[in-house]
Amino acid sequence: MSDLRTEEYDLNMGPHHPSTHGVCRLLLTMDGERVVKVVPYIGYLHRAIEKICENRSYAMCIPMLDRFEYVTSMSCNQVFSLAAERLAGIEVPERAEYLRVIMLELNRIASHLIFFGTTAMDIGALTPFLYALREREDIIDLFEMTCGQRLTYNYIRIGGVSKDIPEEFTPRCRKTIANITEKVEEYKRLLNGNPIWKMRTIGIGKLDADLALAYGASGPILRASGVDYDLRRDDPYSIYDRFDFNIPIYHNGDVYDRYMIRLDEIQESCKIVGQALDSIVEGPIKAKVSPNFKPPAGETYTRIENSRGEMGVHLVSDGSKKPFRLKARGGSYPHLQLLPEIATNCMIADLVAIFASFDVILPEVDR
Amino acid sequence: MIAIGITVALTELLGSFGLSGGLLSVITYTILAAGTFGLLSVLALFLVWWERKVAGHMQQRFGPMRNGWHGWYQTLMDGLKLLQKEDILVATRDKVVFFWAPVMCCIAAFAAYIVIPFGDGLIVADLNIGVLYIMAITTFTVIALLMAGWGSNNKYALLGGMRSAAQVVSYEVPMVASILVVVLYAGSLSTVDIVNSQSGNFLNWNIFRLPFGPIAFITFLIAAVAEANRTPFDLAEAEQELVAGFNIEYSGMKFAMFFLAEFINLFTVSAITVILFLGGWHGFAFIPTFVWFFMKTFAIVFLLIMVRWTYPRMRVDQLMEFAWKVLVPITFLNIIVAAIFKHFGWYWEL
Repeated sequence: MSDLRTEEYDLNMGPHHPSTHGVCRLLLTMDGERVVKVVPYIGYLHRAIEKICENRSYAMCIPMLDRFEYVTSMSCNQVFSLAAERLAGIEVPERAEYLRVIMLELNRIASHLIFFGTTAMDIGALTPFLYALREREDIIDLFEMTCGQRLTYNYIRIGGVSKDIPEEFTPRCRKTIANITEKVEEYKRLLNGNPIWKMRTIGIGKLDADLALAYGASGPILRASGVDYDLRRDDPYSIYDRFDFNIPIYHNGDVYDRYMIRLDEIQESCKIVGQALDSIVEGPIKAKVSPNFKPPAGETYTRIENSRGEMGVHLVSDGSKKPFRLKARGGSYPHLQLLPEIATNCMIADLVAIFASFDVILPEVDR
Repeated sequence: MIAIGITVALTELLGSFGLSGGLLSVITYTILAAGTFGLLSVLALFLVWWERKVAGHMQQRFGPMRNGWHGWYQTLMDGLKLLQKEDILVATRDKVVFFWAPVMCCIAAFAAYIVIPFGDGLIVADLNIGVLYIMAITTFTVIALLMAGWGSNNKYALLGGMRSAAQVVSYEVPMVASILVVVLYAGSLSTVDIVNSQSGNFLNWNIFRLPFGPIAFITFLIAAVAEANRTPFDLAEAEQELVAGFNIEYSGMKFAMFFLAEFINLFTVSAITVILFLGGWHGFAFIPTFVWFFMKTFAIVFLLIMVRWTYPRMRVDQLMEFAWKVLVPITFLNIIVAAIFKHFGWYWEL
């Protein structure tokens, strides 16, 4: 009997595919259901954000960077404002710092909720997505109440924030975070006891700490692999040193741990928001910054902890109205590079689960 | 105990007009087929709407609301829309296979209803191999899906088709093994006989009467979900992995036919579950038998809808492992135990 001849074949996953979260093309070499090789092709959403920023004044860069990583626009605002403030040596009023922390953490919760929903959806459970969006809606309402925007906020400005919170914000925010803390427990009950969920996530896409560090992974993905590293604690910015919160660590580095760490982080962020609401001080919300803002010549690399890892801005100023060079770093780009490393020789369904667990935002990868 | 069957009644009615012989049979069965087809089409429209409503309410939304009271004719409008859609044909398709796949899928879905008793006497033909016939004819769905996967000349579709072939063939084994337990006690493959063997008190239903009846019921239901290609076993479509699986290249009415067949299959597996394990049309006397049948079947459909919108999807190798390493041993053991119990008479007959 002659041997049956089998062939590997190429499969284009994307750019339009339900589980690539945007427009990413993965060129898969497949052996039946098994993925032999993954090559991500990016750039479908390139908008030249960094270049456009070079032709705009500093204040005009902020709405541009809103589109950099639109799921957590607040972080983009914060990191750019922080960089500009460090260049110019601006002192931010205390109330503004509190407002920034509240907004950043609410935005982190919203982002992790989207992660939770889409990951569950990619593994086949459609209902958690709508539960997660229901909770996210409350947060989006809070943002809308404060700055009028629901997705790209342009709220955190150089020297402070654009508007103070309205009176009904505080009680509603307290209610929202209490509700979300409770609902996260519900999510855990919904999925963690489910044997199919466990089969699909535990031990899938294992990422060890060395590989993660070698590729520059950061944020929840690094912490799920057992590296205790969080910029909010290790390179403090704003007023994070005033709050009491834990940094959850998991050690297996599989899809399940990457999912659990985000749920835990939601609860920790709720704690931070609660503390910030308790201890917020009265006062001005914006330092005096000239509309013709010109930082002195110099450069800075400023980084903050985003929901997808380290978000940084390398800002070079030549003393003019416009940034000389702006280089943005997002967490998703290194994480997408990790995909070929850990998603080879797995089933196509696992590839989808791993890709979802990285929580890659393609506009951030493509800039 | 059987009231006069609908087929016999119709034959007699037409006979009284002077028809006889082959023509009489042809006309009788044509009318019955048309009736069943109409009933099932309406049923499928209802099931689609119902699934969307249940899913909506499970997910904190309303589901269809615009067309009529709570969107009751939404699926009718969807069907009309699909009728008007352009039938997009892939240039590189396998013409014959591509065209016949949805037809085959529909035929397989509808043909099972020849032997399904909707109520006392409400059956098109009481074949003495009824259950075997259902098992045989529903398996045609696999061929249709495989044809769709192959004929589309699309890698995603082919993967979907191959998945469904592997899946349905594997789950056929525990499914038949679960049915065998019922057949063993009923002593017949005829659906009517099986239902009649469960008459009287509800404790006579096979789920309660048989030794380890609940096990047979659960294994059958799991296999049935896999046969109907629904979450957690909807690997053939698996929209997050294969976009739409076998039907990725189908549009317009051809897509609608797959969709229709899917929901008819959902009703079929629920109806078979009711016939085999839940006493078919039997219930309290004052409610018509077909109402009982539909009530029980809809209860099972409701269960399957809830399962679909709750569970994540299994992976293809886990799916096969589950069939061959868990379900097959359990069901085979169940047959052996049931045979021993039957031999010694350790079961009740009320």
